[in-house]
Amino acid sequence: MRSQLLWSVLFAALTLVGLAGNVRAAETPLSADQETRYRGLLSTLRCLVCQNETLQDSDAPLAADLRAQVRMRVVRGESDADIRRYLTDRYGDFVLYNPPLQPNTWLLWGGPFLLVIAGLTVAFTFVRRSGKRAVAAKVDAEALRRLLEEEK
Amino acid sequence: MIPELGHFALILALAAALVQTLLPLVGYWRRDARLLAVAPAAAQTQFLFVLISYLCLTYAFVTKDFSVAYIAENDHSQLPLIYRISAVWGAHEGSLLLWVFILAGWTFAVSIASRGLPVALSGLVLAVLGVVAIGFQLFILLTSNPFTRLFPAPLEGRDLNPVLQDPGLAIHPPLLYMGYVGFAVAFSFAIAALIGGRLDTAWARWTRPWTTAAWCFLTLGITVGSWWAYKELGWGGWWFWDPVENASFMPWLAGTALIHSLAVTEKRGLLKSWTVLLAILAFSLSLLGTFLVRSGVIVSVHAFASDPTRGLFILGFLAVVVGAALTLYAWRAPRLATTAEIRLFSREGLILFNNVFLVAAAGAVLTGTLYPLALDVFGGGKISVGPPYYNAVFVPLIVPLLILIGTVTAVPWKRGRVGDTARRLRTPAIAALAAGAVVPFALLGRTSVTVAAGAVFAIWMLIGAVLEISQRIRSRRRWQDGLAQVPVGAWGMMCAHIGMAVWVLGIAGVSTFSVEKDARLKPGETLELSGYAFTLVGADEQPGPNYHAQRGTILVQKNGQNVSMLYPEKRLYPSQQRVQTKSARDVTPLRDLYVALGEGYPDGSWSLRVYVKPLMRWVWFGGLLMAFGGALALSDPRYRLARAVAAREAAAAAQTA
Amino acid sequence: MRYLIPVGVLAVLVAVFWVGLHRDPREIPSPLIGKTAPAFDLPAIDGADGRMTNKDLRGHARLVNFFASWCAGCQEEHPFLMHLGREDGVEIIGMDYKDAGPDYQGWIKQRGNPYRVVLADSEGQTGIDWGVYGVPETFVVDARGTIVYKQIGAMTPEAWDKIKPFLAPVAAAAPQ
Repeated sequence: MRSQLLWSVLFAALTLVGLAGNVRAAETPLSADQETRYRGLLSTLRCLVCQNETLQDSDAPLAADLRAQVRMRVVRGESDADIRRYLTDRYGDFVLYNPPLQPNTWLLWGGPFLLVIAGLTVAFTFVRRSGKRAVAAKVDAEALRRLLEEEK
Repeated sequence: MIPELGHFALILALAAALVQTLLPLVGYWRRDARLLAVAPAAAQTQFLFVLISYLCLTYAFVTKDFSVAYIAENDHSQLPLIYRISAVWGAHEGSLLLWVFILAGWTFAVSIASRGLPVALSGLVLAVLGVVAIGFQLFILLTSNPFTRLFPAPLEGRDLNPVLQDPGLAIHPPLLYMGYVGFAVAFSFAIAALIGGRLDTAWARWTRPWTTAAWCFLTLGITVGSWWAYKELGWGGWWFWDPVENASFMPWLAGTALIHSLAVTEKRGLLKSWTVLLAILAFSLSLLGTFLVRSGVIVSVHAFASDPTRGLFILGFLAVVVGAALTLYAWRAPRLATTAEIRLFSREGLILFNNVFLVAAAGAVLTGTLYPLALDVFGGGKISVGPPYYNAVFVPLIVPLLILIGTVTAVPWKRGRVGDTARRLRTPAIAALAAGAVVPFALLGRTSVTVAAGAVFAIWMLIGAVLEISQRIRSRRRWQDGLAQVPVGAWGMMCAHIGMAVWVLGIAGVSTFSVEKDARLKPGETLELSGYAFTLVGADEQPGPNYHAQRGTILVQKNGQNVSMLYPEKRLYPSQQRVQTKSARDVTPLRDLYVALGEGYPDGSWSLRVYVKPLMRWVWFGGLLMAFGGALALSDPRYRLARAVAAREAAAAAQTA
Repeated sequence: MRYLIPVGVLAVLVAVFWVGLHRDPREIPSPLIGKTAPAFDLPAIDGADGRMTNKDLRGHARLVNFFASWCAGCQEEHPFLMHLGREDGVEIIGMDYKDAGPDYQGWIKQRGNPYRVVLADSEGQTGIDWGVYGVPETFVVDARGTIVYKQIGAMTPEAWDKIKPFLAPVAAAAPQ
């Protein structure tokens, strides 16, 4: 009986320190649209003190604070862009999991596209060159046969 | 005593690896067959010593020898036996020993199976495998020794990370490492071919089974890893494009390209230098993964504790091994080019395109993973690259591939005709488009652009896979004869491509129609989601071997009928002062129901998160099918070297008779 | 020649990794450098000191140090802050981040007070506005109220060497 009590106390203590997970109930319930926007935003924002987790999944106290901020702004009717700007003004682009398209990310967004173009170019060139080589080989064989015929 | 024995065995293994590497290389240079023939014996000796070393570490874990630092960090007196055995690979040093053990295992297998190979080739292959072994064994002995003692020995261990105390730990890392390390064999064959300056279709035939086997394991490893993360981490996700996940996916993409490229090389003797480059690339990506995970250079939930010294060692090893391989490639690959023609519209041409997209996809994942680091190094600031980027970039690269998979069966080797192919694919195309309209409703009760597209591609690939087999069956007058002569490898291909189809449809369904909801419930209250009612019946306490759990009881109903009872838990591991959420799931082929417990409140209420995820199982079933297809392909008797040797001997005997 | 491309790519990657090994991937640089210090209006923990706002951060350069009694790194840097605040005459404004009054009082009584004034950011809102993601963090604010440097983590003598030049005007300027 006493050990049960001890366990409960230990649990409660750890829970209060926020280690128990971030499934917190809401104070003011959100409408379905707001809920979708809220979750959508959270899943693309990075927890700043975790090892690669979204704001949605993180247990960290700072993540809880930032979730509350985002929630408050969604309720207030701010746009997604505004909410993101609020966070990047304070923490920089690091907080966005969807890297914005700007000069220092052109190579990032353009890279895969360039890779495909490069790959296809190499493939086409290779195929065409192999065709030419084969034609050259065939022509040589033809020439050789004709020469031999002429010899006879 | 046992840990010291393990340490000493590892040193002996290093000595054996040195012999395995140096003597055959000298033998090749001096054309001395006896030196070359030392390789298998040295390889088998290395395996024996590594095995002893690994068993010693396991023994120390099982007997809870806390005087060994690594065991004190990861073991616990109350840890169940299965986790004591699998905790060996639960942290950096031990997982490296597993890596070395698996490498020794593959090396052993190669040494046995290569009895039918020319001694120069097998000697070189084992020598290169030896180089890799030396590198990793040195890494362990110099920087990451799991046998270091701790004095004074603590009375109790710090326990295995609670996240790892799950059956998934027992299977995921070994499978994954079997895959990563297995690509070292293809790598070694490629290097051997470059050194020898010759590469023929026999080489491709020898390399294929090793590559397919490694690919199989890697497919399984990634599938199990995704499944494990889903059930263990409590956020209902199954892939996060985390750098460590990407580190396993990139070799997989390169490996898939390699399997197909090898098929072309074996069948038509084409794409030789490209195949060699791919083999080098696949293993290099494995090594890169090892570097990323253990050096601390990127941030990840999966990363081992980082240490820049270790990072420097791996980086040096990577630079030397891959650098030497690519330099050798630059020098010798031009020699391998063929004069045979490859046509654009032929099976080999389409496989070439398949390779382009697969490698571009691997490149895209690499770009995303390394970009934040590179940008920071070049002073461009710190950014994050996460799932939104990868999803945006990866999907367009995969779509052409999906179309190709369904097309290729209607295109013959050597030369195809567009008109013929178009005619043969007309009905499949119509069927696929019809499926796109109908299948989503049949499986999910509703549709969307993504799901419809997924269904179109999935059915397209399915038909293509089946057509391949049906063509072969109809190539004989009696279908029974046709069926009998279908090679096992073709069944394997069909299975793997169907696996892709299932995988694609699953991903389309689960990413479009997954829903989740949070709520705080008092006992007796209900949460509704997607037609299901989740009622919190109550919560109680459940003690475990090394934890104490609070367990909720959730009744799930649909339309008033009971569907199931779920028991999500929150476990407290006192040794690590951590609370681990254990989700509970109800699983059917058509959907997953997923419940995670949040916080308990003084008034007896609990916060809950609930998910309904349609077609979730298809994602992993697709992976399993792909791996099964690979295993089937592997069992094709064409690759039985014993038979090849026997056939050759029979032919020789017939000649002399 | 094109066969050399793979080795070339590898060389570049290895170089990038080598530099990357000496960097901390978890350190987040502040986007506020060169911008005016964010607005705040906080009460001092010691009621007698009243309130302070960002407009008061003018006239000379000073340090703004975010700390808390529950933070281990803050304990580490405290002796050095004492040295800076008491002996070198550097003005340090303390921001007590997400702390409770009594905890702070106990903490500061034990260790001494290097701060000119300590403000109570009990909800952490000012911390968020300043882009604080982990205490301790110290900002250098110049005479015009612009943030010129951010020290992430504990203040050390090595870090101070980098910061000193920004605060040189302190010695030169007469009290305004």
